[in-house]
Amino acid sequence: MIRLEGVHKRFPGAGGAALDGVNLAIARGEVFGIIGRSGAGKSTLVRMINGLERPSAGRVTLDGVDVAALAPADLRALRRRVGMIFQGFGLLSSATAAQNIALPLRIAGTPAREVAARVAELLGMVGLTDHADKYPAQLSGGQKQRVGIARALATRPDVLLCDEATSALDPETTRDVLALIAALNRDLGLTIVLITHEMDVVRQVCGRVAVLHAGKVVESGATVDVVLDPRHAETRSLLAEEGGAPSYRHSFAGEIVRFTARGEAAAGPLISRIARETGTEIAILEGRVGHLGDTPYAQLTLGLSAGNIAAARAALAQAGVIGA
Amino acid sequence: MSGFFADIMWSDIGLATLDTLVMVSVSLVLTVLIGLPLGLALFLTGPGQAWERRWLNVALSAAVNVMRSLPFIILLIVLIPVTLALVGTSLGVAGAIVPLVAGAAPFFARLAEAALREVDRGTIEAVQALGATTRDLVLRALLPEALPGLVAATTVTAITLVSYTAMAGVVGAGGLGDLAVRYGYQRFQTDVMVVTVALMIVLVQILQMLGDRLVRRLSRR
Ligand SMILES: Nc1ncnc2c1ncn2[C@@H]1O[C@H](COP(=O)(O)OP(=O)(O)OP(=O)(O)O)[C@@H](O)[C@H]1O
Ligand SMILES: [Mg+2]
Repeated sequence: MIRLEGVHKRFPGAGGAALDGVNLAIARGEVFGIIGRSGAGKSTLVRMINGLERPSAGRVTLDGVDVAALAPADLRALRRRVGMIFQGFGLLSSATAAQNIALPLRIAGTPAREVAARVAELLGMVGLTDHADKYPAQLSGGQKQRVGIARALATRPDVLLCDEATSALDPETTRDVLALIAALNRDLGLTIVLITHEMDVVRQVCGRVAVLHAGKVVESGATVDVVLDPRHAETRSLLAEEGGAPSYRHSFAGEIVRFTARGEAAAGPLISRIARETGTEIAILEGRVGHLGDTPYAQLTLGLSAGNIAAARAALAQAGVIGA
Repeated sequence: MSGFFADIMWSDIGLATLDTLVMVSVSLVLTVLIGLPLGLALFLTGPGQAWERRWLNVALSAAVNVMRSLPFIILLIVLIPVTLALVGTSLGVAGAIVPLVAGAAPFFARLAEAALREVDRGTIEAVQALGATTRDLVLRALLPEALPGLVAATTVTAITLVSYTAMAGVVGAGGLGDLAVRYGYQRFQTDVMVVTVALMIVLVQILQMLGDRLVRRLSRR
């Protein structure tokens, strides 16, 4: 549905290229993540999808239509089909929640009666019915982003672009907003492009992901594959940088292995079985266990001490993938 | 009243006050009517804005700078032929309006431009992403968002106009400034000067207070 073909972007006066030959294809109805660190070119990339930015070379097409080639009136029409939410919310501070949500409808020339009904419906959808008449300054960050989402959905777009939509929110509010975004994808069939610098956001909602590094896509694929089996150094470093409490792996006296399992294997009592069957002491030093989409996974750092270490390693290698 | 203020013609002062109020309010309305579109044009044609026009921006900006760099007293004299052509007289309240507006409109335009620049860039972009035309952007986002700043700019301009009217008094515009010059300066009637100056101070205080109140009521940040 959305295609980027050989997209380059160089800003006048800026040193290197912000985007350097990006190719991507995003399918209808998926939640596609784009992750990268600050300055990687993520915002530049999404902003091309609704024509806020034009490529210096290459093409960005939406349903086969070259976005940069559209006449102003057609571009405005396209923008009504493509909702966008922002890290900084971008709400009018002089307008209430309801008025902010009504704005795209007014711009589209919707009759006043329909506007009122649609705004009420949207406020309900994002759970802000009680806050309709509050100004942004009176709302929490999560509530502001819900207003932003409702505004983006007002004209019933079929694409939703999210540029760091949760970066200004705390972890719990982030989960709420991501759950709402996932529900929109599921219930309305919305195609969602989600920009983030947090791997955890990708894990929570994205079916597929592309890793952007210095203006290039260095890795892309299903989230399960990219997260559990990262190929590029940038992906690994993004994964490694996810905080978490410092583990005591460095003080562990014994053999340390990184172990990743997915599917059936990850769902069962794998570690305790291997420990028992091989008679090995296995300590879990670090780990993450959960689901990526429908796939259960376990990603663990294990410490093997007393017992049959070689047998334990062999058993682990059979159940999943082990690394250093 | 007795003593120091005994010789004052209070009816003259009343009329002069009224003249000043008329001059300030009429020229303020015209100043905003001309200065606001000019300020919008300065803002919208600027780099990276919705209606970016490099050379138009440079030309507008230069014109505004020229008008603003002329001392008001020079403007008063230079514009006499223009005023004659437009309103038929260069004297009195009517004659003062043209130079007052000519002096204040570019000033207000710059203040309005600054108020518009204060509007959050992300908000402007978000509204553009909704498919807004430039007209929608101006009427539904820029002006409402900048309203408190524009009101503050109007207050500053009104106060500037009060002092401009006093200067206009020198070339026979009428009003409190005229009175101060005619009696206080030319006839050494210090009492009249004191009263007129006091009235102007009160007027400025009232304008500032009203402006500040309105700004506070409009602010939603
Ligand atoms: N309008 C602009 N003018 C000049 N350079 C720009 C402009 N916008 C972005 N850039 C540059 O392009 C590069 C990519 O910027 P971009 O905003 O796309 O990064 P990002 O991945 O979104 O970063 P962040 O996570 O900090 O938002 C940066 O080096 C930035 O400085
Ligand atoms: Mg960005």
